[in-house]
Amino acid sequence: MTTKMFGAPVQRNEDPRFLTGKGRYVDDFESGAYGAAFLRSDFGHAKILEIDVAAALALDGVYGVYTHADLEGVLSEPLPLLIPNPNLFAPRTQYALAKEEVCYVGEVVAMVVAKDRYIAEDAAGMIFVDYEPLPVASDLEGASQVGAPVAHSDMDDNVNGRVAEEKGDVDGAISAATHVFEWRFEIERAAAMPMETRGVVADYDTRTESLLMYDSTQAPTGVRGGLAQLFGLDPDNVHVVAPDVGGGFGMKVIQFYPEEVMVAWASRKLGHVVKWIEDRREDFVGSNHERGQVHHVKVGADDEGHILAMDVKFINDAGAYCSYGLIIPIVTAAQMQGPYKIKNFRYEFRNIFTNKVPTSPYRGAGRPQAVYVMERVMDRVAGELGIDRTEIRRRNFIGPDEFPYEVGVMWQDGGNVVYDSGDYEKGLDVLLEALDYPAFLADQKKAREEGRLLGLGIGCYVEGTGIGPYEGALIKILNDGSVTVAIAVGTQGQGHETVFAQIVSDELGVPVDRIKIVSGDTRRLGYGVGTFASRSAVVAGNAVLKAAQTVKRKAAEVASRSLEVSVEDLVFADGRVHVEGAPDVGVPLGQLAIISNPLRYAFGKDSEEAVLLAQRAYAGSDRPLPEGTSPGLEATEFFSPKAGVFAFGTHAAVVEIDRDTCNLKILRYVVHHDCGKVINPMIVDGQVQGGVAQGIGGAFYEKFEYDEEAQLTNATFMDFLIPYATEIPTLELHHTETPSPLNPLGIKGVGEAGTIPGAAVIANAVSDALGQPVDKMPLSPLILFEMMHPSLDG
Amino acid sequence: MKPPRFEYHRPSSRDEVAALLAQHGDESKILAGGQSLVPMLNFRLAHPDHLVDINHLEGEASEPELGDRWVTFGPLVRHVAAERSLVVEEEVPLLFEALRFVAHPAIRTRGTIVGSIAHSDPAAEIPAVLTALGGEIVARSARGERTIHSDDCFVGPLINALKHDEWMEAVRFPRRAEGEGFAFEEFSRRSGDYALCGVAAAARPSGSGMNVTLAYLGVGVTPQTIEVSARPVSEYQHPSFFGELEGLVHAELRPYDDIHATGAYKRFLAVRLGVKAARRAVSMGEPA
Repeated sequence: MTTKMFGAPVQRNEDPRFLTGKGRYVDDFESGAYGAAFLRSDFGHAKILEIDVAAALALDGVYGVYTHADLEGVLSEPLPLLIPNPNLFAPRTQYALAKEEVCYVGEVVAMVVAKDRYIAEDAAGMIFVDYEPLPVASDLEGASQVGAPVAHSDMDDNVNGRVAEEKGDVDGAISAATHVFEWRFEIERAAAMPMETRGVVADYDTRTESLLMYDSTQAPTGVRGGLAQLFGLDPDNVHVVAPDVGGGFGMKVIQFYPEEVMVAWASRKLGHVVKWIEDRREDFVGSNHERGQVHHVKVGADDEGHILAMDVKFINDAGAYCSYGLIIPIVTAAQMQGPYKIKNFRYEFRNIFTNKVPTSPYRGAGRPQAVYVMERVMDRVAGELGIDRTEIRRRNFIGPDEFPYEVGVMWQDGGNVVYDSGDYEKGLDVLLEALDYPAFLADQKKAREEGRLLGLGIGCYVEGTGIGPYEGALIKILNDGSVTVAIAVGTQGQGHETVFAQIVSDELGVPVDRIKIVSGDTRRLGYGVGTFASRSAVVAGNAVLKAAQTVKRKAAEVASRSLEVSVEDLVFADGRVHVEGAPDVGVPLGQLAIISNPLRYAFGKDSEEAVLLAQRAYAGSDRPLPEGTSPGLEATEFFSPKAGVFAFGTHAAVVEIDRDTCNLKILRYVVHHDCGKVINPMIVDGQVQGGVAQGIGGAFYEKFEYDEEAQLTNATFMDFLIPYATEIPTLELHHTETPSPLNPLGIKGVGEAGTIPGAAVIANAVSDALGQPVDKMPLSPLILFEMMHPSLDG
Repeated sequence: MKPPRFEYHRPSSRDEVAALLAQHGDESKILAGGQSLVPMLNFRLAHPDHLVDINHLEGEASEPELGDRWVTFGPLVRHVAAERSLVVEEEVPLLFEALRFVAHPAIRTRGTIVGSIAHSDPAAEIPAVLTALGGEIVARSARGERTIHSDDCFVGPLINALKHDEWMEAVRFPRRAEGEGFAFEEFSRRSGDYALCGVAAAARPSGSGMNVTLAYLGVGVTPQTIEVSARPVSEYQHPSFFGELEGLVHAELRPYDDIHATGAYKRFLAVRLGVKAARRAVSMGEPA
């Protein structure tokens, strides 16, 4: 194989499976399972006085109705705190089934297992719960005030954690600054809304005391470890499989959602397979949200628009529980400075409980909020000082010769944020050239003369990706010369089956379509962390490279003995190993696999030849398997990154607001993006396109309508609007490649990139079109109407 | 999101449907395309004891039928058949234009024209079209048959003039008459969504000018009409028409606030969409 696969737009290995309906999702397993349904709280905050399950239990076909009173031991305690932090002084996690108090609409109160889901839902509707309503902490800002209703009745206020950091001398720099501005920025809740909701199928075998669970999760290894501990089982008796997963976006990586433990528990209790597939209504109120924050920002600048100091105070909506600790606001704080050199920077955040769905990272994970605040600040300072929006960014960029760059604040792993590499000004140049910025300015001038509302929004961002601790890969060369690679991370359609195959292909000289990637199955590889935080390509990808290199050495040694040439003279190409300069003198990889596992009972002519070759290969040894070797061509390797790696980019949207409908039309959406070395540009483009769609969705379409009692009033896809393909423009996408020095492949993550600047870009574009600040997101035609016609009350 | 328990009936004739309704009346629901009913069942917002599935009626037309005065839609004519029908395109152009705003192709493949009327959603397109054109429905029961004019059909949100033992056997749209012009306008958040506001306009020759009926959707508990009195065609294009319609909208429409639009915003849209639709309808037509 002479063509390098790394970097090529290779067609995806997974597509034929998906396109022919052969994908397998959790609901495709175990059609004979019992059906589970959960009764959820109707109240934002209430005390449970009594639960009566008698009528539900009496219904024909019901096998079990469970409440907290049925739980014992560890399971009767609150679910694990996934990411503790010393600054998280009042953590609360929920019970697998609510104990005495419910703290959000949707919290799981009781579980029914029945012959099927229909009966289970009928029975759930017959459970009587006597609630005593309690005051509700609904609005984030309100909940953060002294004297607000408390989300948890055992607390005096709603603050569960607080972190503050300062670099430089913010007060000094602000008092010395020529210009000082203070602004408030707000961004509301949003959520992942994957096409496939969550789901669990648990099969507990009471004879062997072992559990096999199919779980639509992004982190099967963690689920396995937790369940083994919970049930007191040898982890080898517990296996968790994340089959095809129809989207996760971070939301499917909580250990644990209550249903994940309850379904397994019920399967053990009943000795039967139990299935629960989350329905869409449950997903709205039972799967985690993110994003809600309010920022108060003080900025000091000089006449040239250099940001001399920034002082940021913000609150983050934790929702009712915080199993993810302070991760979201920590990421917001850590990523706020983005591509800019800000010498004096201070932040303080408080993490606030509200009686709403708990939050955890959703694609972007705290970054969209940070970028929205920073990029609004850039546009607003530019506007105040009469400086062009692109020029002010240039003046504040970190230079290309300043890497590694110490940002001066704490990263989510507890270390310092250090940017590994980047060239932000080049990125902006690429974008502006593609956009033809002078032409836009001329168009805008003309449009304004015609009374049309044309605007441009720009958003720059830096995205920390590829965090540890580690991932692994187990690679095997099979007797037919094909290769399998097991990785522990799950897959949600990102293209893992292709990009990892490309890495292996270049090492072993095997075509991409002869390399099968198996992911998210703890039976195949038990050690790993999960697919989230834009980390799979970086961490698992480099583990795959290492494993491929190891197995290649092993194959080369076998080939060297078989062909009686030195390892240095061997070339791996076209599924064979041959002598350099003599392509005819070689041996297929499959034969090497057979040789390396001295069999005497394999089928086919290849096997016969291999036996003869094996005799020669082992001629110099006193035994069939020489000392120091192991049978088979396989290797397991792990990669643990030293630090995160930082991708970056700039997005621009040209928008027009229709004066008749107040609707927003995105005329162009131009992207510059840099995630280091690109494994497969087609897949990277797809990731960015999908991310941008989610970013636009969050900026203009998707909006949770909570009322004062923290009831979600639009929990359907009829009223909660996810943009269709018809609403999303075709991207103009431009890449640069600034390799990371921190991993052998030189790559950085891409999974979240497209989403991150969405709110910033749309806010800036609308602000430009209307000539008014946009400091509250998301927007909608109604909000634009009210901005454009503040006096119209009908 | 599984429906509650119900008894399922699969009649094969219209008489059987009438007999089932005579027996079960308000405890029953008719299932045709199911594009509104099935989600309501799954949300358990509807919990009929009896579901009468009319999809297996024998001998029902799958295409609209052209008569002397009317284009008639039987109970199993799907939206997709209507939107591909040359008869509809030529004889009921307003319906033809509105159909592309009705949800998405997958939904239009199952949904029926009669079902859209029977569901009587004030935010839906087809009831507004029927109202603008002055069509009629045929109500059938074991007691017999009666026709109901569109003005008397829609009573409230998801409520129509049918009695408990009646079902909607057919819907009739009048054939286009000489000189008439039509236009349909709406604004929705996403392609295929229910509109925040929409309007079906029918312009008819009157004296030497034209009058226009505007039937609005999404702004009331039923389709809401505004009659624009007869005037010369040129007056519709005059800037003063905007002000006049604004006055009519403010006088006659009292839209409720919902999560996507306040009443004020809906009125704002109603004026602009109404002006656009009226002007287009008039320009399509021809005064006598």
